[in-house]
Amino acid sequence: MSSTTLDRPAATVPNVFTQAELGWNAWLDPVPEEALTERQKQGLVDIARAKSPYFRLLAHDPDILRSRTLADKDIFYNTKSGLPRAERELAAAATSRSNGCIYCASVHARFATTFSKRREDVQRLLDEGVGADIDPLWNAIIEASVALTATPIAFGPEHVGKLRDLGLDDLAISDLIHSAAFFNWANRLMLSLGEPEID
Amino acid sequence: MSIQDTDVLDRLAGIAAGSALDTLRRERPQTRDNVQASYEALFTAADETGIAQSERLVVASFVALLHGGPTAGHYLGLLEAQPNGVALAALLRGLSEHARTSGPYGAYPAGPLSSEDAPGLIFKIEADGRTALGERLATALEHVHQLVFHPRDAKAADFAPLKAAGWSTPAIVTLSQIVAYLSFQIRAAHGLRVLGA
Repeated sequence: MSSTTLDRPAATVPNVFTQAELGWNAWLDPVPEEALTERQKQGLVDIARAKSPYFRLLAHDPDILRSRTLADKDIFYNTKSGLPRAERELAAAATSRSNGCIYCASVHARFATTFSKRREDVQRLLDEGVGADIDPLWNAIIEASVALTATPIAFGPEHVGKLRDLGLDDLAISDLIHSAAFFNWANRLMLSLGEPEID
Repeated sequence: MSIQDTDVLDRLAGIAAGSALDTLRRERPQTRDNVQASYEALFTAADETGIAQSERLVVASFVALLHGGPTAGHYLGLLEAQPNGVALAALLRGLSEHARTSGPYGAYPAGPLSSEDAPGLIFKIEADGRTALGERLATALEHVHQLVFHPRDAKAADFAPLKAAGWSTPAIVTLSQIVAYLSFQIRAAHGLRVLGA
């Protein structure tokens, strides 16, 4: 475990937003897979994540990793009423596009495409940015996510009003708030602890 | 009342027991429980990665001050209960006056996205502040500022000053989680407050 990751040629770092699968390299040493303790494995929640340098790096502090991961899974996968999965992924992709996380945007743009079957519309968010004019509901979801991502936070009653007018109930709006807020957590870890790589 | 007695996000969002928002949050119990468990892992559990409780509260208070809004009061209050906490809280309030700006900004890897590069404040703490905070915390707060406002400027070389100031890899992971979690918590609280208004 040395700092060989620092010596990678810059040419392998993606410089556009994409729905393609990307790799990710850590800038700090992850816990080696064979050295993971039982508690660190519990922190990963899903043992398949032991293959990921990102999750093994976060495993240095296993308890916050475990709670973060369980919150993440529920915010995105618990589709018992509320906001449909596609729109939660759209909020994650829009947040990542706004913060500039090419890796996070790639993963969640792909998920948004999988659940919405609207690859071209998702690609417009990536290519044109958060101002892309897609349709009233998607525009409002992107706008609300971006307003919540700004510092100072720009999300206000006008965003809630527009989402309600478009038919979202309060649980769906709460799901949107959680999805966008959560990606302000995820983007900061992904952007600052390593970088994406073109596979 | 101890901070474990109640759900912290409810307190920050002003959610009363039995209110519509309370009912709504309880429809997602796994989220509700683990947002609270995340808080406890960072702020009430025994330290295992080498960041003192007061350092955690300094970082959280600074993140909240940079965002503006009511969450800062929660962390500053906890910090002020620590040894030397009143002086540290005053110092952070002063520093944040010069550190507050609008984000997200920063540069992309050179290429088609370079036209979206947006310059912004690169926060540096002057000698007086470094002496008062100590080099370890001063270096951390400069990193924290980048993480809050321009995370896309992050690069591998950012860790050299942190390592030189005594931050180990596990401590940097916890430091990053504190900033990232606060970035979530402040937005979730803000969003829910607006939704419930």
